[in-house]
Amino acid sequence: MDYINLFVQSIFIENMIFAYFLGMCSYLAVSKTVKTGVGLGAAVIFVLSITVPINFLLDKYLLRPGALSWLNEEYASIDLSFLSFIMFIAVIAAMVQLVEMVVEKFAPALYGALGIFLPLIAVNCAILGGALFMQQKDFPGIGYAATYGLGSGIGWFLAILGIAAIREKITYSNVPAPLKGLGITFIITGLMALGFMSFMGIKL
Amino acid sequence: MAQEKNNKPEHSAEVDQEKKDAMILFLSDSEEKEHFLSKANRKLLTDPLDDDNPITVQVLGICSALAITVQLEPAIVMAIAVMAVMAFSNMIISALRNMIPNRIRIIVQLVVVASLVALVDQVLRAYAYDVSKQLSVFIGLIITNCIVMGRLEAFALGNGVYKSFLDGIGNAAGYGLILIIVAFFRELLGAGKLFGYEVLGHKGATLAESTGLYAFGYENNGLMLLSPMALIVVGIIIWVQRARNRKLIEA
Repeated sequence: MDYINLFVQSIFIENMIFAYFLGMCSYLAVSKTVKTGVGLGAAVIFVLSITVPINFLLDKYLLRPGALSWLNEEYASIDLSFLSFIMFIAVIAAMVQLVEMVVEKFAPALYGALGIFLPLIAVNCAILGGALFMQQKDFPGIGYAATYGLGSGIGWFLAILGIAAIREKITYSNVPAPLKGLGITFIITGLMALGFMSFMGIKL
Repeated sequence: MAQEKNNKPEHSAEVDQEKKDAMILFLSDSEEKEHFLSKANRKLLTDPLDDDNPITVQVLGICSALAITVQLEPAIVMAIAVMAVMAFSNMIISALRNMIPNRIRIIVQLVVVASLVALVDQVLRAYAYDVSKQLSVFIGLIITNCIVMGRLEAFALGNGVYKSFLDGIGNAAGYGLILIIVAFFRELLGAGKLFGYEVLGHKGATLAESTGLYAFGYENNGLMLLSPMALIVVGIIIWVQRARNRKLIEA
Protein backbone atom coordinates (compact mmCIF):
# COMPACT_ATOMS: atom_id res chain seq x y z
CA MET A 1 0.00 0.00 0.00
CA ASP A 2 2.88 2.30 0.81
CA TYR A 3 4.25 1.71 -2.64
CA ILE A 4 1.02 2.73 -4.39
CA ASN A 5 0.78 5.77 -2.19
CA LEU A 6 4.34 6.83 -2.98
CA PHE A 7 3.77 6.14 -6.67
CA VAL A 8 0.67 8.32 -6.90
CA GLN A 9 2.29 10.99 -4.80
CA SER A 10 5.39 11.17 -6.98
CA ILE A 11 3.36 11.35 -10.18
CA PHE A 12 0.74 13.89 -9.26
CA ILE A 13 1.39 15.72 -6.01
CA GLU A 14 5.15 16.09 -6.11
CA ASN A 15 5.27 16.32 -9.85
CA MET A 16 8.81 17.18 -10.96
CA ILE A 17 7.65 19.94 -13.29
CA PHE A 18 4.63 21.41 -11.60
CA ALA A 19 5.75 21.29 -7.98
CA TYR A 20 9.53 21.65 -8.26
CA PHE A 21 10.14 23.03 -11.78
CA LEU A 22 12.81 20.42 -12.43
CA GLY A 23 13.79 19.73 -16.00
CA MET A 24 12.12 22.93 -17.15
CA CYS A 25 14.77 23.77 -19.72
CA SER A 26 14.32 20.68 -21.82
CA TYR A 27 10.60 20.77 -21.05
CA LEU A 28 10.33 24.19 -22.68
CA ALA A 29 12.79 23.46 -25.48
CA VAL A 30 11.48 20.09 -26.63
CA SER A 31 7.73 20.50 -26.15
CA LYS A 32 7.03 22.14 -29.50
CA THR A 33 5.57 18.95 -30.96
CA VAL A 34 4.01 15.92 -29.30
CA LYS A 35 6.32 13.48 -31.05
CA THR A 36 9.58 14.86 -29.67
CA GLY A 37 7.95 15.46 -26.30
CA VAL A 38 6.98 11.79 -26.03
CA GLY A 39 10.50 10.73 -27.04
CA LEU A 40 12.17 12.80 -24.34
CA GLY A 41 9.52 11.85 -21.78
CA ALA A 42 10.10 8.14 -22.39
CA ALA A 43 13.86 8.62 -22.06
CA VAL A 44 13.38 10.46 -18.76
CA ILE A 45 11.19 7.66 -17.33
CA PHE A 46 13.80 5.16 -18.42
CA VAL A 47 16.81 6.94 -16.94
CA LEU A 48 15.09 8.05 -13.71
CA SER A 49 13.89 4.55 -12.88
CA ILE A 50 17.45 3.25 -13.32
CA THR A 51 19.52 5.98 -11.70
CA VAL A 52 17.44 6.61 -8.58
CA PRO A 53 17.81 3.03 -7.23
CA ILE A 54 21.53 3.00 -8.10
CA ASN A 55 22.09 6.29 -6.36
CA PHE A 56 20.08 4.94 -3.44
CA LEU A 57 22.53 2.06 -3.05
CA LEU A 58 25.43 4.45 -3.39
CA ASP A 59 23.99 6.70 -0.71
CA LYS A 60 23.20 3.81 1.61
CA TYR A 61 26.51 1.96 1.36
CA LEU A 62 28.97 4.74 0.66
CA LEU A 63 27.92 8.30 1.28
CA ARG A 64 25.70 8.83 4.30
CA PRO A 65 27.22 9.19 7.79
CA GLY A 66 28.21 5.73 9.01
CA ALA A 67 27.42 4.11 5.68
CA LEU A 68 30.82 2.48 5.49
CA SER A 69 30.29 0.42 8.65
CA TRP A 70 29.46 -2.62 6.51
CA LEU A 71 33.14 -2.67 5.55
CA ASN A 72 34.60 -2.33 8.97
CA GLU A 73 33.32 -1.11 12.32
CA GLU A 74 36.09 1.49 12.45
CA TYR A 75 34.62 3.36 9.51
CA ALA A 76 31.32 4.03 11.27
CA SER A 77 32.26 7.62 12.01
CA ILE A 78 33.08 8.57 8.42
CA ASP A 79 30.71 10.96 6.69
CA LEU A 80 31.22 11.23 2.95
CA SER A 81 27.98 13.04 2.20
CA PHE A 82 29.85 16.10 0.92
CA LEU A 83 30.77 13.93 -2.07
CA SER A 84 27.13 13.24 -2.98
CA PHE A 85 26.89 15.81 -5.77
CA ILE A 86 29.94 14.56 -7.61
CA MET A 87 29.06 10.89 -7.10
CA PHE A 88 25.45 11.33 -8.19
CA ILE A 89 26.30 13.30 -11.29
CA ALA A 90 29.04 10.83 -12.19
CA VAL A 91 26.63 7.92 -11.83
CA ILE A 92 24.04 9.72 -13.90
CA ALA A 93 26.47 10.63 -16.68
CA ALA A 94 27.89 7.10 -16.72
CA MET A 95 24.45 5.46 -16.64
CA VAL A 96 23.18 7.63 -19.45
CA GLN A 97 26.18 6.61 -21.52
CA LEU A 98 25.69 2.95 -20.63
CA VAL A 99 21.97 3.01 -21.27
CA GLU A 100 22.63 4.65 -24.61
CA MET A 101 25.04 1.90 -25.64
CA VAL A 102 22.83 -0.94 -24.40
CA VAL A 103 19.74 0.45 -26.08
CA GLU A 104 21.64 1.00 -29.30
CA LYS A 105 22.84 -2.61 -29.29
CA PHE A 106 19.73 -4.48 -28.19
CA ALA A 107 16.81 -2.24 -29.12
CA PRO A 108 17.74 -0.25 -32.21
CA ALA A 109 14.12 0.72 -32.79
CA LEU A 110 13.88 2.34 -29.36
CA TYR A 111 17.28 3.94 -29.90
CA GLY A 112 16.05 5.45 -33.12
CA ALA A 113 12.97 6.75 -31.36
CA LEU A 114 14.87 8.31 -28.44
CA GLY A 115 17.61 9.55 -30.73
CA ILE A 116 19.48 12.59 -29.51
CA PHE A 117 17.42 12.86 -26.34
CA LEU A 118 19.35 10.23 -24.41
CA PRO A 119 22.65 12.12 -24.13
CA LEU A 120 20.76 15.33 -23.37
CA ILE A 121 19.33 13.74 -20.29
CA ALA A 122 22.61 13.72 -18.37
CA VAL A 123 22.14 17.43 -17.77
CA ASN A 124 18.42 17.29 -17.13
CA CYS A 125 17.75 18.66 -13.65
CA ALA A 126 14.91 16.19 -13.12
CA ILE A 127 17.37 13.29 -13.03
CA LEU A 128 19.73 14.81 -10.48
CA GLY A 129 16.71 16.23 -8.64
CA GLY A 130 15.27 12.72 -8.36
CA ALA A 131 18.51 11.50 -6.78
CA LEU A 132 18.74 14.43 -4.37
CA PHE A 133 15.11 14.17 -3.28
CA MET A 134 15.62 10.44 -2.80
CA GLN A 135 18.54 11.23 -0.50
CA GLN A 136 16.48 13.79 1.39
CA LYS A 137 13.45 11.53 1.79
CA ASP A 138 15.54 8.81 3.42
CA PHE A 139 13.65 5.84 1.98
CA PRO A 140 13.76 2.61 4.03
CA GLY A 141 14.47 0.29 1.09
CA ILE A 142 15.47 0.14 -2.54
CA GLY A 143 11.91 -0.75 -3.59
CA TYR A 144 10.73 2.66 -2.45
CA ALA A 145 13.53 4.38 -4.31
CA ALA A 146 12.70 2.51 -7.51
CA THR A 147 8.99 3.33 -7.15
CA TYR A 148 9.83 6.97 -6.57
CA GLY A 149 12.08 7.09 -9.62
CA LEU A 150 9.49 5.47 -11.86
CA GLY A 151 6.69 7.68 -10.54
CA SER A 152 8.66 10.89 -10.97
CA GLY A 153 9.54 9.88 -14.52
CA ILE A 154 5.92 9.20 -15.37
CA GLY A 155 4.93 12.53 -13.84
CA TRP A 156 7.48 14.32 -16.03
CA PHE A 157 6.24 12.39 -19.07
CA LEU A 158 2.62 13.40 -18.43
CA ALA A 159 3.62 17.03 -18.01
CA ILE A 160 5.56 17.26 -21.27
CA LEU A 161 2.86 15.34 -23.14
CA GLY A 162 0.23 17.78 -21.90
CA ILE A 163 2.14 20.95 -22.73
CA ALA A 164 3.23 19.63 -26.14
CA ALA A 165 -0.37 18.88 -27.07
CA ILE A 166 -1.47 22.34 -25.94
CA ARG A 167 1.38 24.06 -27.78
CA GLU A 168 0.51 22.29 -31.00
CA LYS A 169 -3.03 23.63 -30.77
CA ILE A 170 -2.11 27.12 -29.58
CA THR A 171 -0.36 27.98 -32.83
CA TYR A 172 -3.86 28.48 -34.24
CA SER A 173 -4.85 30.93 -31.49
CA ASN A 174 -4.47 34.66 -31.47
CA VAL A 175 -1.99 35.23 -28.65
CA PRO A 176 -0.85 38.83 -27.93
CA ALA A 177 2.47 39.31 -29.75
CA PRO A 178 4.74 39.88 -26.71
CA LEU A 179 3.32 36.74 -25.07
CA LYS A 180 3.87 34.50 -28.07
CA GLY A 181 6.11 31.50 -27.61
CA LEU A 182 7.79 31.51 -24.25
CA GLY A 183 5.43 33.78 -22.29
CA ILE A 184 2.24 31.93 -23.03
CA THR A 185 3.97 28.60 -22.41
CA PHE A 186 4.92 29.73 -18.93
CA ILE A 187 1.40 30.86 -18.15
CA ILE A 188 -0.13 27.65 -19.50
CA THR A 189 2.32 25.61 -17.43
CA GLY A 190 1.28 27.62 -14.40
CA LEU A 191 -2.38 26.89 -15.07
CA MET A 192 -1.62 23.19 -15.57
CA ALA A 193 0.25 23.22 -12.28
CA LEU A 194 -2.82 24.71 -10.60
CA GLY A 195 -4.81 21.86 -12.09
CA PHE A 196 -2.38 19.30 -10.73
CA MET A 197 -2.70 20.85 -7.28
CA SER A 198 -6.21 19.45 -7.12
CA PHE A 199 -4.59 16.04 -6.60
CA MET A 200 -3.19 17.29 -3.31
CA GLY A 201 -4.40 15.38 -0.32
CA ILE A 202 -5.13 12.18 -2.22
CA LYS A 203 -4.05 9.28 -0.06
CA LEU A 204 -4.55 5.67 -1.02
CA MET B 1 19.81 28.58 -29.80
CA ALA B 2 19.96 32.24 -28.95
CA GLN B 3 22.96 32.03 -26.69
CA GLU B 4 25.29 31.20 -29.54
CA LYS B 5 24.90 34.50 -31.23
CA ASN B 6 27.03 36.60 -28.92
CA ASN B 7 30.24 34.66 -29.05
CA LYS B 8 30.54 34.29 -32.78
CA PRO B 9 31.42 37.77 -33.97
CA GLU B 10 34.07 38.26 -31.32
CA HIS B 11 35.37 34.81 -31.79
CA SER B 12 36.13 35.17 -35.47
CA ALA B 13 37.51 38.68 -35.33
CA GLU B 14 39.43 38.78 -32.11
CA VAL B 15 41.00 35.43 -31.63
CA ASP B 16 44.51 36.82 -31.66
CA GLN B 17 43.57 39.70 -29.41
CA GLU B 18 41.91 37.12 -27.20
CA LYS B 19 45.05 35.07 -26.79
CA LYS B 20 47.06 38.18 -26.08
CA ASP B 21 44.56 39.25 -23.46
CA ALA B 22 44.77 35.90 -21.75
CA MET B 23 48.54 36.14 -21.72
CA ILE B 24 48.45 39.63 -20.32
CA LEU B 25 46.05 38.51 -17.66
CA PHE B 26 48.40 35.79 -16.58
CA LEU B 27 51.63 37.74 -16.83
CA SER B 28 50.93 41.27 -15.71
CA ASP B 29 47.61 42.91 -15.07
CA SER B 30 48.94 46.33 -14.16
CA GLU B 31 49.48 47.76 -17.64
CA GLU B 32 46.11 47.25 -19.25
CA LYS B 33 43.85 48.54 -16.50
CA GLU B 34 41.62 50.77 -18.63
CA HIS B 35 41.05 47.88 -21.01
CA PHE B 36 39.36 45.87 -18.26
CA LEU B 37 36.11 47.78 -18.39
CA SER B 38 36.17 48.60 -22.08
CA LYS B 39 32.93 48.91 -23.98
CA ALA B 40 32.91 45.29 -25.14
CA ASN B 41 33.50 44.05 -21.63
CA ARG B 42 30.78 46.26 -20.19
CA LYS B 43 28.43 44.84 -22.78
CA LEU B 44 29.19 41.35 -21.49
CA LEU B 45 27.97 42.50 -18.10
CA THR B 46 24.89 44.47 -19.11
CA ASP B 47 23.53 42.49 -22.05
CA PRO B 48 22.31 39.55 -19.98
CA LEU B 49 20.28 41.91 -17.81
CA ASP B 50 17.79 42.69 -20.56
CA ASP B 51 18.43 41.91 -24.23
CA ASP B 52 20.03 38.56 -23.61
CA ASN B 53 18.55 37.61 -20.27
CA PRO B 54 19.31 33.98 -19.48
CA ILE B 55 15.82 33.22 -18.17
CA THR B 56 13.45 35.24 -20.31
CA VAL B 57 15.36 35.21 -23.60
CA GLN B 58 17.84 32.34 -23.65
CA VAL B 59 15.47 30.06 -21.67
CA LEU B 60 18.27 28.71 -19.51
CA GLY B 61 18.33 27.96 -15.82
CA ILE B 62 14.64 27.91 -15.10
CA CYS B 63 15.00 24.49 -13.53
CA SER B 64 16.12 25.34 -10.04
CA ALA B 65 15.18 28.99 -10.14
CA LEU B 66 11.50 29.16 -9.47
CA ALA B 67 10.96 26.87 -6.53
CA ILE B 68 13.01 29.07 -4.23
CA THR B 69 11.27 32.36 -4.99
CA VAL B 70 8.66 32.21 -2.22
CA GLN B 71 10.77 34.60 -0.14
CA LEU B 72 13.38 37.19 -1.00
CA GLU B 73 16.15 35.95 1.27
CA PRO B 74 16.65 32.47 -0.21
CA ALA B 75 16.27 33.95 -3.69
CA ILE B 76 19.14 36.36 -3.07
CA VAL B 77 21.31 33.66 -1.51
CA MET B 78 20.60 31.44 -4.51
CA ALA B 79 21.50 34.26 -6.89
CA ILE B 80 24.81 34.80 -5.11
CA ALA B 81 25.56 31.08 -5.08
CA VAL B 82 24.87 30.81 -8.80
CA MET B 83 27.02 33.88 -9.43
CA ALA B 84 29.97 32.36 -7.56
CA VAL B 85 29.63 29.04 -9.35
CA MET B 86 29.20 30.59 -12.78
CA ALA B 87 32.01 33.10 -12.51
CA PHE B 88 34.54 30.55 -11.32
CA SER B 89 33.44 27.66 -13.52
CA ASN B 90 33.56 29.97 -16.54
CA MET B 91 37.06 31.05 -15.50
CA ILE B 92 38.35 27.54 -14.91
CA ILE B 93 36.92 26.06 -18.09
CA SER B 94 38.13 29.02 -20.09
CA ALA B 95 41.63 28.61 -18.69
CA LEU B 96 41.56 24.90 -19.51
CA ARG B 97 39.79 25.25 -22.83
CA ASN B 98 42.77 24.44 -25.00
CA MET B 99 43.63 21.36 -22.97
CA ILE B 100 40.22 19.68 -22.80
CA PRO B 101 39.65 17.04 -25.47
CA ASN B 102 36.44 17.84 -27.25
CA ARG B 103 34.80 14.46 -26.68
CA ILE B 104 34.98 14.46 -22.91
CA ARG B 105 34.32 18.13 -22.36
CA ILE B 106 30.86 17.60 -20.88
CA ILE B 107 32.24 15.35 -18.17
CA VAL B 108 35.09 17.77 -17.44
CA GLN B 109 32.57 20.59 -17.17
CA LEU B 110 30.33 18.56 -14.89
CA VAL B 111 33.21 17.70 -12.59
CA VAL B 112 34.40 21.31 -12.34
CA VAL B 113 30.89 22.59 -11.71
CA ALA B 114 30.09 19.83 -9.23
CA SER B 115 33.21 20.57 -7.20
CA LEU B 116 32.40 24.27 -7.08
CA VAL B 117 28.82 23.56 -6.06
CA ALA B 118 29.95 21.20 -3.32
CA LEU B 119 32.19 24.01 -2.06
CA VAL B 120 29.35 26.54 -2.11
CA ASP B 121 27.09 24.06 -0.34
CA GLN B 122 29.61 23.51 2.45
CA VAL B 123 30.13 27.26 2.88
CA LEU B 124 26.38 27.85 3.11
CA ARG B 125 26.00 25.06 5.65
CA ALA B 126 28.72 26.60 7.75
CA TYR B 127 27.64 30.24 7.64
CA ALA B 128 23.94 30.32 6.67
CA TYR B 129 22.49 27.07 7.91
CA ASP B 130 18.82 28.14 7.95
CA VAL B 131 18.88 29.38 4.38
CA SER B 132 20.77 26.30 3.29
CA LYS B 133 18.03 24.14 4.83
CA GLN B 134 15.41 26.19 2.99
CA LEU B 135 17.19 25.81 -0.33
CA SER B 136 17.57 22.04 0.31
CA VAL B 137 18.28 20.19 -2.91
CA PHE B 138 18.25 23.27 -5.09
CA ILE B 139 21.84 24.20 -4.30
CA GLY B 140 22.88 20.78 -5.61
CA LEU B 141 20.78 21.36 -8.67
CA ILE B 142 22.97 24.28 -9.72
CA ILE B 143 25.16 21.53 -11.21
CA THR B 144 22.59 20.64 -13.81
CA ASN B 145 21.31 24.17 -14.06
CA CYS B 146 21.36 24.62 -17.80
CA ILE B 147 22.52 28.22 -17.39
CA VAL B 148 25.93 27.08 -16.13
CA MET B 149 26.43 24.43 -18.79
CA GLY B 150 24.94 26.67 -21.44
CA ARG B 151 27.36 29.50 -20.79
CA LEU B 152 30.32 27.11 -20.53
CA GLU B 153 29.46 25.62 -23.90
CA ALA B 154 28.50 28.83 -25.62
CA PHE B 155 31.03 31.24 -24.19
CA ALA B 156 33.82 29.92 -21.97
CA LEU B 157 35.01 27.34 -24.49
CA GLY B 158 35.70 30.06 -27.04
CA ASN B 159 36.76 33.09 -25.05
CA GLY B 160 39.50 34.31 -22.75
CA VAL B 161 39.61 33.99 -18.99
CA TYR B 162 38.68 37.54 -18.06
CA LYS B 163 35.89 37.81 -20.62
CA SER B 164 34.48 34.49 -19.44
CA PHE B 165 34.57 35.69 -15.86
CA LEU B 166 32.60 38.81 -16.83
CA ASP B 167 30.17 36.70 -18.85
CA GLY B 168 29.58 34.49 -15.83
CA ILE B 169 28.95 37.47 -13.57
CA GLY B 170 26.68 39.12 -16.13
CA ASN B 171 24.56 36.07 -16.79
CA ALA B 172 24.28 35.23 -13.12
CA ALA B 173 23.19 38.81 -12.51
CA GLY B 174 20.52 38.55 -15.19
CA TYR B 175 19.35 35.32 -13.62
CA GLY B 176 19.40 36.82 -10.13
CA LEU B 177 17.47 39.86 -11.33
CA ILE B 178 14.53 37.74 -12.49
CA LEU B 179 14.73 35.64 -9.34
CA ILE B 180 14.58 38.72 -7.14
CA ILE B 181 11.71 40.32 -9.06
CA VAL B 182 9.67 37.13 -8.81
CA ALA B 183 10.50 36.65 -5.13
CA PHE B 184 9.66 40.31 -4.39
CA PHE B 185 6.14 40.01 -5.76
CA ARG B 186 5.52 36.58 -4.30
CA GLU B 187 6.61 37.50 -0.80
CA LEU B 188 4.92 40.91 -0.85
CA LEU B 189 1.58 39.77 -2.21
CA GLY B 190 1.61 36.31 -0.68
CA ALA B 191 2.77 37.00 2.85
CA GLY B 192 2.76 40.82 3.08
CA LYS B 193 6.42 40.73 4.03
CA LEU B 194 9.83 41.59 2.59
CA PHE B 195 12.87 39.81 4.01
CA GLY B 196 10.51 38.61 6.76
CA TYR B 197 9.52 42.15 7.85
CA GLU B 198 5.83 42.98 7.81
CA VAL B 199 5.95 45.94 5.45
CA LEU B 200 2.20 46.07 4.92
CA GLY B 201 1.39 46.23 8.61
CA HIS B 202 0.58 43.58 11.13
CA LYS B 203 -2.34 41.21 10.69
CA GLY B 204 -4.08 40.58 13.99
CA ALA B 205 -6.78 38.08 14.82
CA THR B 206 -9.50 40.69 14.32
CA LEU B 207 -9.76 43.80 12.21
CA ALA B 208 -9.34 46.02 15.26
CA GLU B 209 -6.04 44.40 16.22
CA SER B 210 -4.58 44.77 12.75
CA THR B 211 -2.45 47.67 11.63
CA GLY B 212 -1.43 49.14 8.30
CA LEU B 213 -3.26 47.91 5.21
CA TYR B 214 -4.77 45.03 7.12
CA ALA B 215 -6.81 47.51 9.19
CA PHE B 216 -8.73 48.31 6.01
CA GLY B 217 -9.59 44.65 5.51
CA TYR B 218 -6.70 43.78 3.12
CA GLU B 219 -6.00 40.08 2.85
CA ASN B 220 -2.85 38.27 1.73
CA ASN B 221 -3.16 36.36 -1.50
CA GLY B 222 -2.17 32.87 -0.41
CA LEU B 223 -2.18 31.71 -4.02
CA MET B 224 1.06 33.63 -4.59
CA LEU B 225 2.85 31.28 -2.21
CA LEU B 226 1.99 28.23 -4.30
CA SER B 227 4.42 27.05 -6.95
CA PRO B 228 2.18 27.60 -10.03
CA MET B 229 2.23 31.33 -9.43
CA ALA B 230 5.99 31.47 -9.93
CA LEU B 231 5.45 30.31 -13.50
CA ILE B 232 2.67 32.79 -14.09
CA VAL B 233 4.71 35.67 -12.62
CA VAL B 234 7.60 34.80 -14.94
CA GLY B 235 5.14 34.65 -17.84
CA ILE B 236 3.98 38.16 -16.96
CA ILE B 237 7.57 39.40 -16.64
CA ILE B 238 8.27 38.07 -20.13
CA TRP B 239 5.15 39.79 -21.38
CA VAL B 240 6.16 43.16 -19.89
CA GLN B 241 9.76 42.83 -21.09
CA ARG B 242 8.79 41.97 -24.65
CA ALA B 243 6.13 44.64 -24.81
CA ARG B 244 8.86 47.19 -23.97
CA ASN B 245 11.61 45.58 -26.01
CA ARG B 246 9.79 44.56 -29.14
CA LYS B 247 12.76 43.05 -30.97
CA LEU B 248 12.55 40.07 -28.62
CA ILE B 249 9.09 39.06 -29.82
CA GLU B 250 8.99 35.57 -31.32
CA ALA B 251 7.56 35.26 -34.78
